[in-house]
Amino acid sequence: MTQLANAGAQLVVEHLRSWNAQAVSQVIEYRGETTIVVPKELLRATAQKCKEDPALLFNLLSDATCVDRYPVEPRFELHYHLVSISRRGRICLRTSVSVQHPVVDSLEPVWPGANWLEREIFDLFGIQFAGHTDLRRILLPDGFEGFPLRRDFPTEGKR
Amino acid sequence: MTTVETAVGATKTMVLNMGPQHPSTHGVLRVLLELDGENVVSAVPDIGYLHTGIEKSCEDKTYSQAITLTDRIDYLNPLGNNLVYCLAVEKLLGLEVPKRAQYVRVMLVELQRISSHLVWLGTHALDMGAMSVLLYCFREREEILKIFERFSGQRMMTSYIRIGGLALEPPAGWREPVKRFLQMMPARVDEYEALLTENRIWKGRLQGVGFLSPDDLIAMSTTGPGLRAAGVAYDNRKLFPYSSYEEFDFKVPTRTESDCYARYMVRVAEIRESLKIVKQAMDKITDQGPIKADAPGIVPPQREKMKTEMEALIYHFKIFTEGFSPAPGEAFVAVESPRGELGCFVASDGSPKPLRVHFRSPSFINLQALPLMVKGQLIADTVACIGTIDIVLGEVDR
Repeated sequence: MTQLANAGAQLVVEHLRSWNAQAVSQVIEYRGETTIVVPKELLRATAQKCKEDPALLFNLLSDATCVDRYPVEPRFELHYHLVSISRRGRICLRTSVSVQHPVVDSLEPVWPGANWLEREIFDLFGIQFAGHTDLRRILLPDGFEGFPLRRDFPTEGKR
Repeated sequence: MTTVETAVGATKTMVLNMGPQHPSTHGVLRVLLELDGENVVSAVPDIGYLHTGIEKSCEDKTYSQAITLTDRIDYLNPLGNNLVYCLAVEKLLGLEVPKRAQYVRVMLVELQRISSHLVWLGTHALDMGAMSVLLYCFREREEILKIFERFSGQRMMTSYIRIGGLALEPPAGWREPVKRFLQMMPARVDEYEALLTENRIWKGRLQGVGFLSPDDLIAMSTTGPGLRAAGVAYDNRKLFPYSSYEEFDFKVPTRTESDCYARYMVRVAEIRESLKIVKQAMDKITDQGPIKADAPGIVPPQREKMKTEMEALIYHFKIFTEGFSPAPGEAFVAVESPRGELGCFVASDGSPKPLRVHFRSPSFINLQALPLMVKGQLIADTVACIGTIDIVLGEVDR
């Protein structure tokens, strides 16, 4: 296994691997940030592990966002930025979602604060979160058609 | 048929719309309140009235052009938004910014924090019925805006922090107004405190109102003064220093009561700490030295060079026509804005325009905790809670 420059992130990756070898499908290190690519099915379990394991303690969900890699398939990449306040660490969990089946497990049961972050992604990208308690549009009006942050949605809007 | 029970409505709750045009919702926030008499049974915030699609617009601009959009996200903290966006793009490029520029950035961002807290203090006092504090706060804020105008030519939408450094050399004689401000300000903060801190009405309206435990706040991803008022010293400037904050000596004020009053106390203490940082930054800024990174093709060349060097002219032309293209990759940077953790995520696909720009705006995420905070409280306390979360609707809706 490749050695990561960030010793804290190295520990997280090893810890997750020893817990479930399938949970870490890829580790990306870029500009000092560590991103762990997680299979979609294991996202919630991995997040739960990251939050609750006494060696990891990523108690704060800092951010959740989505990147549309259109026309590459699976085109959506979900990024969850986690912070461990006590360990002074940051890590990013990433998973891919396809446009044919844009459903992923909600992380609201793990961090209640994921509620609005996921609603925003649902609103702007049209990704469904299974197990979300209140999946409605948040920024756009309820009757809005389309998902404006998708790359195939024109910036000036649909005419 | 009307019975006594339906006529009196003894077991019924009432739904009240607060906002979107309500002075104490600080813009266009709408909160649906379910009321039992004057007590809040549940609250549902409804946002999006100020959504302008800034993140989408960024995808259609070059990296440098998008800076002007970042100003407009949180209009009480434009320099902070410039900073987080530029730090993210610089991280993506692997660009090192000269120390002198970093210190100027720190100084301005801390002045911005003071000005933002002043607006908060003034408007919050107004919500609570104390009119005069607003006038005093805006008097001091004006001095800060004058400093910004001196630096950038703009009072609010400065766009002064640019990718690789600063837009302009600090103006001649900039130290004078900053020194004057630093001399004047501590006594002025004492003045606000004399008006409010021991004021019986102020304490009565804020103490014990809007309590949330630190665990609840972290679970709801709340950051900033709200979390620090609950005893969690989470501050990106200390925990994950950026822009040379590790060289500055300052404290992270915390309280443990986690009510509206504690949030007020934390913010006032933060104004005093920011003054210390401004003082230190001013001493660190040298009169000579670079304010831009040496990165041809990314940072626009000096005007003088363009007259004598052909490469400089070519770079200038290329930067402003097609922009520059960072290598494919992603970068996430978080800074401490006056309202909490302000994050910026930038993804590049190797083209001159960003593939995705996302702002983790603290107002948006902190507002999520409002329903928990106001449950069981009075309508008047809801106003106090909205106030102490310190939302800026431009940032909530983006």
